[in-house]
Amino acid sequence: MEKYDIVVIGGGPAGLAAAIEAKENGASNILIIERDRELGGILQQCIHNGFGLHVFKEELTGPEYAERFICELKKQGIRYKLDTMVLDITEDKKVMAINTVDGLIEIEAKAIVLAMGCRERTRGAINIPGTRAAGIFTAGTAQRFINMEGYMVGKNVLILGSGDIGLIMARRMTLEGARVHGVVEIMPYSGGLTRNIVQCLEDYQIPLYLSHTIIDIKGRDRIEEVIIAQVDENRRPIDGTEESFKCDTLLLSVGLIPENELSKSAGIKIDPITGGPIVNESMETSVEGIFACGNVVHVHDLVDWVTEESRKAGKNASAYVQDRLIREKKPISTSAGKGVRYIVPQKIRLENVEKNLDLMLRVDNVYHRAKLVVKDNDKIIKVIKKNHLAPGEMESITLNLEDLERVVGKEITVALQQEEV
Amino acid sequence: MMKTSMVCIACPLGCKMEVETITNGNTRYIVTGNKCPRGEKYGVKEMTNPTRMVTSTVKIKNAHLSRLPVRTSDAIPKDKIFECMKELEAVQLDGPIKVGDVIIKNLLGLEIDVIATRSM
Repeated sequence: MEKYDIVVIGGGPAGLAAAIEAKENGASNILIIERDRELGGILQQCIHNGFGLHVFKEELTGPEYAERFICELKKQGIRYKLDTMVLDITEDKKVMAINTVDGLIEIEAKAIVLAMGCRERTRGAINIPGTRAAGIFTAGTAQRFINMEGYMVGKNVLILGSGDIGLIMARRMTLEGARVHGVVEIMPYSGGLTRNIVQCLEDYQIPLYLSHTIIDIKGRDRIEEVIIAQVDENRRPIDGTEESFKCDTLLLSVGLIPENELSKSAGIKIDPITGGPIVNESMETSVEGIFACGNVVHVHDLVDWVTEESRKAGKNASAYVQDRLIREKKPISTSAGKGVRYIVPQKIRLENVEKNLDLMLRVDNVYHRAKLVVKDNDKIIKVIKKNHLAPGEMESITLNLEDLERVVGKEITVALQQEEV
Repeated sequence: MMKTSMVCIACPLGCKMEVETITNGNTRYIVTGNKCPRGEKYGVKEMTNPTRMVTSTVKIKNAHLSRLPVRTSDAIPKDKIFECMKELEAVQLDGPIKVGDVIIKNLLGLEIDVIATRSM
């Protein structure tokens, strides 16, 4: 049985940042396990720019962002295993993994950091009607084919879902010579960052069909035609609004799901809204000594926030193996009030908060001129005014320790209030 | 006096801005709604000479992947994007390449290079 102080599962941005930070905070015997043939995770296929503005104060592409962390990891001498699949983790922190060199590996860890990321929802998850023709890809799969493997996936393209990957791929396919007929979004607003609507759609005159969905896919071997229709407020297609597109390819950008099979096998409690582990101020899950960070906890829109969150997880995993994490008192819970979908972290142990604590959250709709109000029972702790809030854009609220120490109740609530006009 | 609304793309925050064009005498632009100086710069630029960073890939041999990701070293005029893509199509590299290596020097005479965005 191999023994490590900290085993990090996943070598993407979350795993890399957590491992480096753990090392910098005094942990020494660290191992990253990655199932792909190289480190960097999804960043390696995200060749567009816009990464690193907060962490490095400059604008990088995905591969550049990844390479900085990979270089640092190697400089620090942190060990990693590639092409290695973790099969199981247990509550007592044993990791079972497999690869073609070592065979079946059993590892005992003092702490584990879960950094498995997320995966894309597929056609099966959303039940699109029509034939089962070829030419339907998730946007991320198409991105990997085009940007890494060098295969163009189609010539006439329609994209379902206006999440960031869908928008980025609309531009990418256009630049590579495909005709992108449009991006179809069932909601009345886009799920992606506004800047991506501007520079990926508007720049190339690609239409965005809001409140529309696909009602039929035609074609026997390969897609030949996709039919869309407008939807009413209950997301039901409206008769007579059908529109047909002759296309050979359909990309799906219909959401991401945190990948938590391993978390569940270790008996970790999952938040039904985020789809990721319930975590505390230290990014520790409901199982002592197992931490989680990045998209496995909740889907982020910027890698910079993944890095920040993962540094926190790495630092605390390091504190845990050095017996420096305090765990006596009852934690305060955070609770999502009206207009707020979820809050991470879900639990706060004040003893482990240094100066302040960031609450990351998403709202449930598009709001203008609204306030995020943090309350301890009826007492207001903090109010933040926002001109614009959207589900596609993660918000953060920084609470300082003094504010938190004044909390008398068992939970704090964050709710949204519309400002009087 | 003319007002143009736009979303700043200088960073992922995406500030909603308005650019007011004042045309009495010499043309001036007043940017509002931006949260940082880069927003003002972007607003004026969008009205005068809009530019974009281009990111794409080029063919590579002797590497573990068949495409090498690249980007322009600075933003190029929007109307040169497809010409840039044509230039990239002609490139055929041999590994190894280091991140930051110049792949095309002085792209289209713009005094901007195309550089590799990863080592391979």
